[in-house]
Amino acid sequence: MKSSVITFPGSNCDRDMDVALKKFGFKNKMVWHADAELPKSDLVVLPGGFSYGDYLRCGSMASKSKIMQSVINFANSGGMVMGICNGFQILVETGLVPGVLLRNKYLEFICKNVFVKIGDKNNKYFKNVNNDVLEFHIAHNEGNYFCTNDQLKEIEDNNQIAINYCDENGKIEDQFNPNGSIKNIAGIFNKEKNVLGMMPHPERMIDASLSGEDGSLFFKNLINNLK
Amino acid sequence: MKISVIITLKKDVLDPQGKVIHQTLDGMGFDDVNEVRQGKYFEIETKETDNEKAKAKVEEMCKKLLANLVIENYKIIDPK
Repeated sequence: MKSSVITFPGSNCDRDMDVALKKFGFKNKMVWHADAELPKSDLVVLPGGFSYGDYLRCGSMASKSKIMQSVINFANSGGMVMGICNGFQILVETGLVPGVLLRNKYLEFICKNVFVKIGDKNNKYFKNVNNDVLEFHIAHNEGNYFCTNDQLKEIEDNNQIAINYCDENGKIEDQFNPNGSIKNIAGIFNKEKNVLGMMPHPERMIDASLSGEDGSLFFKNLINNLK
Repeated sequence: MKISVIITLKKDVLDPQGKVIHQTLDGMGFDDVNEVRQGKYFEIETKETDNEKAKAKVEEMCKKLLANLVIENYKIIDPK
């Protein structure tokens, strides 16, 4: 399986993602934002970080960079595109997934482990994951998911909510919402579910002694689903 | 020609920064403030000399980059 990680000026989780993808069997290539062509890929990842210093709105500049037209074409033809954290912010700015990510409700940069409940397994990202709840890491200032009421209805009608913030037992309540996101949304799909944007970082949970292994579960499962 | 644009958050969008500014103003003794909403202001210097054409271009810029229409409104101020 071949993957590509796009590096934007200011990306800082691109190499972590490279390590994670390779650990679970992907042949990964790093792709510079100013390139025009994507290498042949089964998965494209927009990594976390602070592309373009978060100027104007997080992800807004990166969404207009040269490589993104190829990424958008790839996604529109059914290709798997995953945006993590800043990558999610870039995805919403391209319009590939609906909504926006606002400043966290309490204006704090949040850096901690959270639990998320998988909202839909009828897709290549979460199909066959045995657990319903995963422990991931979040580190963001703008992760407060927001969309219009019409968009929310559409998202819910199409089961596009990928993961919600919850407690370790999977209870989705306000008190487990770290950033004020509508409905505790931590990640969403596009309608066809080949595009996933999420705030949590699975690539930070791939080592039993350093973190946890729920990211390992995620990546092992993902590569199997793509085979 | 110089054209200015003001970007504001839509009414239903939470503005925590505006809220904190409001609270701070309140603490400073400006206690007659009802609400504060924070926005953005741009000055765009363009080569275009035709008013209407310049405004149309800036409107396109607003839609494509300067504003995110899910949460923001834009207002183009007539060039002088």
